[in-house]
Parts: sequence; C-alpha cells; structure tokens
Amino acid sequence: MTWTWFHRLGSPPYVYGLARRLTPWLGWPAALLILGGLWGGLALAPPDYQQGDGFRIIYVHAPSAWMSLMVYTTMAIAAGVGLIWRIKVAHAVAASCAPIGASFTFAALVTGALWGQPMWGTYWQWDPRLTSELILLFLYLGYMGLRAGIEDTQRADRASAVLAVVGVINVPIIHYSVTWWNSLHQAPSVMRLAKPTLPASMLVPLLVMLLGFTLLFGALLLVRLRAEILTRERASSWIREALGA
Amino acid sequence: MTPRRRRLILVLGIVAGVSLAGALALNAFKRNVTFFFDPTAVSRGEVAAGRAFRLGGMVTQGSLKRAPGSLEVRFVVTDFSHDVPVSYTGVLPDLFREGAGVVAHGSMRGDGTFVADEVLAKHDEKYMPPEVARSLKRRHGESRTGAAPGAATPAPTPPPSTGS
Repeated sequence: MTWTWFHRLGSPPYVYGLARRLTPWLGWPAALLILGGLWGGLALAPPDYQQGDGFRIIYVHAPSAWMSLMVYTTMAIAAGVGLIWRIKVAHAVAASCAPIGASFTFAALVTGALWGQPMWGTYWQWDPRLTSELILLFLYLGYMGLRAGIEDTQRADRASAVLAVVGVINVPIIHYSVTWWNSLHQAPSVMRLAKPTLPASMLVPLLVMLLGFTLLFGALLLVRLRAEILTRERASSWIREALGA
Repeated sequence: MTPRRRRLILVLGIVAGVSLAGALALNAFKRNVTFFFDPTAVSRGEVAAGRAFRLGGMVTQGSLKRAPGSLEVRFVVTDFSHDVPVSYTGVLPDLFREGAGVVAHGSMRGDGTFVADEVLAKHDEKYMPPEVARSLKRRHGESRTGAAPGAATPAPTPPPSTGS
C-alpha cells in the first residue's frame, strides 16, 4: 500500500486533469437524477393530506438545506486539511465550495419562506432553525468576502480557512436546533434515527433528489476547482501544456 | 513535535474551544433561544407578567369557537398537562387545525386568557397521502379510546385544500 495516490491529490496539474475527466461522470447522472426526482416528486407522489400540493416544495427545499450543511462541512474539512498540511489544492477546494454552498443556503431560505407564508402564516420568524440557517448564509458570504479582501492568495487561504473551521460549529446547531429548542420549524422527517415519517411514494423521489443534488454539487465543485486552479497557477508552465497552447 | 503536528493540534483545539464556547453560550441563552413557551412553563410563571411572548402547544380538540359576525376565534392550547385559553382576532393560517400544533404571539390578560396578535400553525414532520389519512382516521374512529397525547393520528381534517 503506497500513499502516492494521496500525495498526487496535492498536485495541481494532476487534480486539474482528474477534475476534467470526472466532471461528466458526476454531471450527467446529476441531471438525470434531478429530472427523475422532479418528475417523481411533482407528478408521481401523492398530495399530502393536509398541505395538498403545497408540500411538493420539499423536493427542492429539503435537498437544498441538506446540501447547505454538506457543502459547509466539505469546505471546513478542506480548509482544515489545507491549514494543517499546507496543501494548496485543499484551499482551492474550500474556496470553490463557498459560492455553491451559499447558493444552496439561499435556495433553502427562499423556498422555506415561500412555503411558510401559506402553511405557517408567515414568511419569516426568528426561530432557531431559520436563524441558524441565515447565519450559515452569512458565514458563506463572510468567507467569500474575507477571501476577496486579501490580495495575497496564501494569506487569504489561511485567514479564510480559520473562519471556515470556526464556523463549522454552526452545522450541528442547525441540524439539532429543532430538537434542542422549541421551534416553529418541524423536526426532521428523514435525517433521524427512527423510520422516516414519509411513505415510500413520497420518500423515494426525495432521496433521488438528494442524490442528484449531491452529484450536482460534485460536478459544480469540479468545474469551479478547475477555474480556481487555473487562476492560482496562471504563471506555471504546465498550464500552457494543459490548455494546448 | 513537527510543525505539522502542532498545526493539527491547533486546528483541533480551535474546533474544541469554539464548540465549548458555543455550548456554554447556547446553554446560557436557552430561554432566549427558545421560540415559544408551552402551557406548563406559563403555569409555572416562567414568563414575566404583562410581557409579550409566544405560546406553543396543541389546539385542544373541539375547543375552537368562532364569534358570529366577526373574525374573533377562541381556542385552548394544551401540552396535555396544562391548558391556556386563547383569544385571537384575524385570519388563521392554512394548517391551523384542532389537534395540531400552533404558536401564538401575544400576552396574558388578567383573567388567564392569552390574547394573541399573531397565530402561526406549527406543522409536524409527518406527511401522508389523503387516502392513508382517511383510512387511519376511520380505523381510529372505530377503536376510539380517547385521544392519546401526542398520538400519531392525523387531525380530523377536511379533504386537502387544492390549489394552495
């Protein structure tokens, strides 16, 4: 067992090529799964006994919310690895995660507000779950702002990585906010120890959407990572060869 | 100790320190973080008199009364150990049901009635198709032994509102 494969992951030219080759393998399944999941969720799944067709926003809302946490965790781990082992590619991964995660968080907040108005009777309340998810959006935006504010890439990497690692405390707070405190937001239906509280006809499209969103994140991350590596290595000679110039 | 190991310990130390600080802070702010108080907390006097707060719990079955000719509604919020009567004038949200969760914002009046200025429906985490809800309700109706607290039975509801 050698560690060469692991060490190669620290090499920008290798990761650039790997990302280019892997992108379609994630992107196409993501597109198919999301289309299939939308069809299953919007057409095949039965309406809810209380919410009617209004519950179908869950097929975008819940996967977006899950991804907002998953992307942040990925970003914090990449930032931590970059801090400890001084791996530039790891910092590049963390930097590429932030705008994707911010978008998922924004989507979760907006779809939740649109659902909340008819169902709860309000677009927004300072409820623990809603507030902690809003803080997550600010963490993403703060991370991006901090990076943009520091000219030197290496210093931007280290400063923003500390922010990403510190902010990871918010991830369990968001997940458990609905069980630790009284909140308006309902408890988890799927991400819980007991059986999911949805019947299979509603649950399967949701899981398909979740898998699709996860692969979509992977594909978007690889595309952004390539751009990030190109920007960082713009002075290197391998870039000219890779781009065939 | 190599610099790498020192950085590893530093990063793990940051995570541990922030977690500890977060846990302590959230524990200290527990009462402020909580979104609503349940009737038991209200009866224990955890809420300062005259202060506006949110009351949360279940709407007691059969307690909803509408005043004729106005938007005023009265219902009882319960956590199955204490009850609080609520009075509210306004439009109730779609998911407001007897036997379902509710969060009301307002304050206590001298006579023990909670006067709400905002009523929100609290949805539970259960989803099911209407046919399943109907058959569950039918089965529940046959073997009725009194509504168990927090039982996983759907609220008796009209058929799903379409076009919502």
